[in-house]
Parts: sequence; C-alpha cells; structure tokens
Amino acid sequence: MRIDRRHFLVMLPAAAIAWKYVLAGTPEESPNYKMTDHWWSMLIDIPKCIGCGNCVRACAAENDVPDGYFRTWVERYHVDDYHMENPEVISPDGGKEGFPVAQEDAGKYFFVPKMCNHCADSPCTQVCPVGATFITPDGVVLVDQTYCLGCAYCVQACPYGCRYIHPAKRVADKCTLCYHRITKGLTTACCENCPTGARQLVDLKDPNDPIHAFLKTHHVQVLKPQMATGAKVFYNQLDGAVR
Amino acid sequence: MSWFKDAGHLFRFAFLFVIAFVLFLVIRHFVVPKSFGEYGHYRGAAIAEIAAKPLHYGGHATCETCHADIAEAKQAGKHEHVNCEACHGPLQNHADDPSIQPAKLDTTVVCVRCHAASAAKPGGFPQIDPDQHAGGLACETCHKPHNGL
Repeated sequence: MRIDRRHFLVMLPAAAIAWKYVLAGTPEESPNYKMTDHWWSMLIDIPKCIGCGNCVRACAAENDVPDGYFRTWVERYHVDDYHMENPEVISPDGGKEGFPVAQEDAGKYFFVPKMCNHCADSPCTQVCPVGATFITPDGVVLVDQTYCLGCAYCVQACPYGCRYIHPAKRVADKCTLCYHRITKGLTTACCENCPTGARQLVDLKDPNDPIHAFLKTHHVQVLKPQMATGAKVFYNQLDGAVR
Repeated sequence: MSWFKDAGHLFRFAFLFVIAFVLFLVIRHFVVPKSFGEYGHYRGAAIAEIAAKPLHYGGHATCETCHADIAEAKQAGKHEHVNCEACHGPLQNHADDPSIQPAKLDTTVVCVRCHAASAAKPGGFPQIDPDQHAGGLACETCHKPHNGL
C-alpha cells in the first residue's frame, strides 16, 4: 500500500483520536461489576406525605447542606376548583420547619417532596464542559467537586431546579442520593427519616424490590415527562396541577 | 533525487508537527487524571471519593443492635415504621462512641411536627390541636411515644 503525503496528512487527526481511546481504555471492560448490579431511583407516595419536613432536615444534616440551599425540599400545593392550572404553591424555607396550619378551605391541599430525579438521560450531565458531572453505572447523577469549575451551566440546564452553586466551595452541588449510604447497604437520609414511609429508595435492578409490583398496580408519574429526561423519581398519585 | 531537494521545507514542517504531537501527549499524560474515562467522560475515582463520605445517620438497624428492647416495644404500636433517628436526630457519633449521649427530646416540639392539625395533611393521619389537646403539658405525660399510644 502506497501512502502519499496527502493521505498521510488526512489520516493524522484520525490517528490522534484513535490514540485517545487507546490511552483511556474501553469503558465496557471496566471492573464495575458491583455498580452494574444496581439502578437506583426513588418512589414518593404523595398521599402519605404529611409535610413534616423531616426529610429536608435529615438531608441537610447528613450532607452538610448550607442554610438556604436545598438538595431536597417540600412544596405544599393548594388547588381550588377555579384555578386548576394556577395552583398556590408554598415552600417556606424548603419546608424544613414544616408548614403553616392550613384552615379548612375550598379546594384541596397536598405535599410534593422534590429532589434530583437522577435522570437516565439528564440534561445537566450533557452540558458540563469539563466532565465534572456524570451518571454512575448504578444510575446516580453525581458531581466531581474537585473537577467542577463552577460555571453553573448544569444549574441552568436542570429542568427541576435541583442544583445550586455551593456558596463556600463555589462548585455545583446537588443530591447524591446519599451515595455514601446506599453503597453501604443503608437507605438515604430522607428515606430513613420519613415517618410515614412516603419516600422509599428503589433499586430497579433488584428483582425482589417491591417497586415492580407497585408500578404495575398504581398510578405513577414522573415530573415533566415531556422533557424526556428519563427521570427516575416516581410519584404515586401525582396531581395534574404539579409542575 | 530532485524530489527530496524540493521537499525540504515539508520535512521541517513534519518534524515540528511530530515534536508538537509528542509534547501534547506528554502534557496530556500528566494533566489528565489516571481514572478519567474509566467509566465514561469523567474521573472514575470520583465515585469512590463520594462513596467514602462520613455518615451522620447510623440507620435504625445500627440502633437496634443495642436497643433491642425499644425496637420490640415499637413493633406493638403505630410507630413501628418510624425509624429511631426520625425523632432522635443524627446519632452515628453515639453509635461510634456510646459515651456521647444524645440530648433529651422535647416532646412538645418533636411530636407536634407531625401531629399538629392542619387541613393540608392527609385525612387519615392522627392530628391534634396542641393548645386544646395538651394545654402545655409534655406529650409523654400521657403517651408512650415508642409504643405509639
């Protein structure tokens, strides 16, 4: 085979790209046998939530979340008969200290705990310019805070408002699904401390997880399904007024 | 060979290109972390670093290894599935070193967080108006929180 100068120069960039993958190794061959046994998500049972704020306090204590920032928070919806598409939503201090007493009134009330949806096709990981945020092989969206530049592209990209820039570290911060707990066989801090069982950690790859039967027999939704983010926080009996 | 004579400037260019490429590889070798690309376009070692963070909540299974009597008492009542730290707060430090004693709970605060009456709460959930119901008395004067009575 005869390679002239023109062909040699044309092939150089391709060779450089190929060499990058030789250096990096192929992801398929990584020894991630443990992580591939799991695909984590969460179930939130709306009718069970009493708005006590235990999850918000537990999350803040477990993960040293700074005051005024939230990895999880609780919203209270008030939907009356004439404003279905325009409900009144409150979340005083993220619901950390509970909610003001609601008097018996027209319409209905319910609580919606919110958190990172650990999307399978998440917009936040796609926009990171440096590879500082990613979804792990077991389905948890994490931030590598030693690599993050704090550019906040991901904060803007998240359709659920689940990320913030940490005021002291100046890097992106978010729910880790208590990755330091679930990898040790514990449940998340919010699930551990939910008194009514409204939050449950779910492992979709575990065939014995009760989630499989639950999803078959209940009306379960994810938030903003039209955005095709692959959201993995399942809401049982979510009201249509919730955005 | 007139071919070589005329192409000298191209060889010089190619030489510079090779030098620059080798330099790029050397810099890249030192700048890019070892585990970058292990699982994807990120630093693979970050996963283990995040997983190694310290615990604050020990989990109810840890509590029950010592406090089996309380766990048994809870099984009889409505608070069976309310985990210890939901009321008592984060106590991994107590599990690590039992000489660290958690603060005594104020039931007028802890119980009311869940059981204060509000129209926003689900109908079936037991609720009271703290002022009318107790008149300032602590809940444990009449109730046994672990038994849920």
